[in-house]
Amino acid sequence: MLLVPCPNCGPRNAADLSYNGESRPRPDPQTCSPEEWRTYLYLRDNPSGWLVESWYCSSGCRKHFTIERHTLTGELRTPILPGSKPGATKGSTK
Amino acid sequence: MNHRLPPADGEVLDRTKALTFTWNGKKLEGFEGDTITSALMANGHHIIGRSMKYHRPRGVLTADFWDPNTTVQVGDEPNVRASHRKLEAGMQVVAQNVWPSLSFDIKAANGLVGRFLTAGFYYKTFMKPAALWPRYEHVLAKFAPGGEVDLDTPHGRYDKRFAHPDVVVAGGGPAGLSAAIAAAEAGSSVMLVEHEHHVGGHLLWGTEEDRARVADLTAAALAAGVEILTNSTVTGRYEDNWIAILQRNHPGVVERLIKARAKTLVVAAGTIERPYVFEGNDLPGVMTSGAVRRLITMYGVKPGKQAVVFSANESGEAAIDDLRRAGVSIARVVDALTGERIVSTKGSKKRVKEVLLEDGAKIKCDLVVTAVGWTTPTSLLNMAGDRPVYDADAARFFPSGAPDNVLATGGMVGDGSLDDLIEHGRVTGELAAGRAAVVRHRLQVATARAETVDEAEPGYLADERTPLDRWPHPELFRASTHGIVDYSEDVSSKDLYSAAAEGFDSVELIKRFTTATMGPSQGKLETVNTVAVLAQARGDSIGDVGTTVWRPPYAPISLGALAGRINEPTRLSVIQPWHEANGATPILAGQWVRPDHYGDPLSEVRNTRENVGIIDVTPLGKLDLQGPDVANLLSLLYTNKWMQLPIGSVRYGIMCAEDGVVLDDGVTARLDEEHYLMTTTSSGAARIWSWIEMWLQTERPEWQVHVTPVTTGLTSINIAGPKSRALLGRLTDIDLDNEAFPYMRVRQGLIAGIEQCIAWRIGFTGELSYEIHVPSGHGLAVWERLLAEGADLGVKPFGLEAQRIMRLEKGHFIVGQDTDGLSKAPVTGLDPLLKFDKDDWAGLPEVRWSLESGDHPVIVACQPDDRSIVPEEAAQILRSGTTEIVGRITSSRMSPTLERSICLAQVSKEFADAGTSLEVLLVDGRRITATVIEHHAHFDPEGERLRG
Repeated sequence: MLLVPCPNCGPRNAADLSYNGESRPRPDPQTCSPEEWRTYLYLRDNPSGWLVESWYCSSGCRKHFTIERHTLTGELRTPILPGSKPGATKGSTK
Repeated sequence: MNHRLPPADGEVLDRTKALTFTWNGKKLEGFEGDTITSALMANGHHIIGRSMKYHRPRGVLTADFWDPNTTVQVGDEPNVRASHRKLEAGMQVVAQNVWPSLSFDIKAANGLVGRFLTAGFYYKTFMKPAALWPRYEHVLAKFAPGGEVDLDTPHGRYDKRFAHPDVVVAGGGPAGLSAAIAAAEAGSSVMLVEHEHHVGGHLLWGTEEDRARVADLTAAALAAGVEILTNSTVTGRYEDNWIAILQRNHPGVVERLIKARAKTLVVAAGTIERPYVFEGNDLPGVMTSGAVRRLITMYGVKPGKQAVVFSANESGEAAIDDLRRAGVSIARVVDALTGERIVSTKGSKKRVKEVLLEDGAKIKCDLVVTAVGWTTPTSLLNMAGDRPVYDADAARFFPSGAPDNVLATGGMVGDGSLDDLIEHGRVTGELAAGRAAVVRHRLQVATARAETVDEAEPGYLADERTPLDRWPHPELFRASTHGIVDYSEDVSSKDLYSAAAEGFDSVELIKRFTTATMGPSQGKLETVNTVAVLAQARGDSIGDVGTTVWRPPYAPISLGALAGRINEPTRLSVIQPWHEANGATPILAGQWVRPDHYGDPLSEVRNTRENVGIIDVTPLGKLDLQGPDVANLLSLLYTNKWMQLPIGSVRYGIMCAEDGVVLDDGVTARLDEEHYLMTTTSSGAARIWSWIEMWLQTERPEWQVHVTPVTTGLTSINIAGPKSRALLGRLTDIDLDNEAFPYMRVRQGLIAGIEQCIAWRIGFTGELSYEIHVPSGHGLAVWERLLAEGADLGVKPFGLEAQRIMRLEKGHFIVGQDTDGLSKAPVTGLDPLLKFDKDDWAGLPEVRWSLESGDHPVIVACQPDDRSIVPEEAAQILRSGTTEIVGRITSSRMSPTLERSICLAQVSKEFADAGTSLEVLLVDGRRITATVIEHHAHFDPEGERLRG
């Protein structure tokens, strides 16, 4: 099980958090086309490499944050709380 | 015990403690310390089971955990590993896979028709004609392997433990012990896991000096503070060294799963002796050198009278010494190093009788011992990403490289003297401890709270270990004849040849096609022989064929251990003790235990409609929302408008997910300028809290809203019925006059002497009703006051079932009951609540497009034309006279108020108009008709009662 570094709680078992998947911007609901909106809803890049994704510290501080995960190695880096700067948060154990 | 040797050094038996047990009903005796197998063999029983496919008689092969031939039933427990499980007094041991008896098995005839059960049997046989499959299945079920499951078996207790050791050492042989000691002495907390009953590995069946070393190492490990777990298996290594350990000897539980987050994992799994593939290699009496050494030295069992030993290494040599010491005569040593080979064996139905050698010699014997080399059980390293590489000179696979936090030592990485192995283990342990210290420091820094970590991070240690030697060993896998490769799956080398000829010539394909390596031994004995035979069949080298990927678990794990204890929480209202004391039938709704009814839900409905009823609705999700931006938040999450909700008002709203699907619904009250109380469905309480947090934290972080879940902080009671005003009026200072406190308004005040209570008027049941929310410490007292004060008004409690009937009479849908994961907001038919003149709300585009396309189903109320029939919930609605599904009944009940059946249904839009006739398929196959009615409400569609 991955050890996920919550920027607030530090490294926690992945099971203590909820995984919200690849992070992606929300289109403008007034102007977007169905294609744009459904890309936002359903389509993921699923790259082989670094991926920015959203996690929710559901059994800990209940903070949402983004983190970069390497999809081949499972390595995690730069967890960021929304609105804060990278580097201001606590790092991983690797 | 005619095959028991006299007491000797090294045995693990306590001969002062005789244990009586039964074998297929016959009473036998063994000693404390015996395995079931050693006790059986000491009594002269050398056939322990029958093979799964051909039902061939089988005896001991390896006499350890991995022995594929000695699976038995003990009492009500099937599939017990008899060569591992320790004997206990009173055990009732029964052979598996036998019928009618172990010595005469009718299914052994399978051996004669073996050609019908060859490779790919599972995929090819009994496929056609399909109509006959039920008959095939009936017959095949009788042949299915495994023991008897007793459905009345009491559930054993299982448990879990979470551990955070610095270093986990997998394997308690000399290298593992040495690594554990070194790591512990370097300051690490260490768990040493050994899957056999004793640490020591191969030294246990070695010399007296070997066992003295074990004693010294064990004492040093304990002195250094190593936690030693025996009869426990490291079953898996997962990301970031999350280590699963199955502990089989923890007191009070059947098994315990330890979830250890190790900073470094040391794998010292040793080597496993390979069986040799030749004709007759599964006859009872054919076994590995390790098996005879364990049986003789540890268990004092004489494995035969006259032996032929086929030896290519020092383990074979040692077995010869052991056999001589045990009084077994050596009929012939077949020296593999000089090029001698065995070809095949012949036997009776019960035991090997004769060995044929390549030089033509035929030698009588009752024991054939093979020492043909080693398999490296690299499973745990594979799970860390290591891909083992074959070394033809050493005739085995070696690890090629794992992540920095996984280190291998001992026999799996090379050969050497005992001192060499111990030294390699020691250096590995120091390296493991050094790397663990770095991770420990980083964890402290990452999780520091009040205190900061001052010390500098320890330096990272490079791996500067001197590699162990690799001793040459001849490549010995298969004789010139065909034999069994996978004993537990009954797969022969001939099967592998024919599978390869059919095109299943990759190692991963042949494994799945033949099931070789997929049995209870998990490939520990079979994988390398499978690879070698496939290489022969392909005319290729073993290195080119490669090996299969070893996945978790290292050894089979029981479902009980994975499940652990049942820790599913249940939630209770503070009134629940009253409900129980007053005859409530409980129902589990989500996590909540609630009263379904108090004996007669129909009379509860009638009483509420005629007089007044009260229901405990505490599980209703409740969120206290405060701050200047609450109205913005509500406007963003509900589909309707919230910016102008006056203080003192309540409004109903629907929430959608971003795909437009209905997520939740409920009412929210504005209590003050910046203070609201939101209610959600009972099952949605936690989800909606998270949903709100997600929007506030990620999409609208600038908004100021404070969210506090108060579901259990407030006890909620709905007082419903024409006399509810009279009842509540006796207990409150709130003005209940219809002008002062109309429908969909909220008031705060004193109720039953309790301050700061909230009351609002809503109408889920369709009656005049007040829902009150009181601090939960007073919930039970208020409930009892309501019943006492309203006795003359006829007040009675009602349960969930009565509420569900009343809401259905009113046509109120329930999210998740009348909607599903595909129901976008327009399905509800509540189009006036979908406000497209708002800039944004969750799911807005999808809801708009759904409405524009108009091709969504809708919820309608319908009335079966035969009013006595209640169609089942989820009954299909069909296009008349066809099998085309155009909808389904989502809720149905017999209405005690209307004395007729009532339903809600989801139907395609073309069937949604009032007066449309629907054809409903009942579960019993009957088709009935029902008519769509004008309103969702079957009862009081104008809502006069709830506004009165």
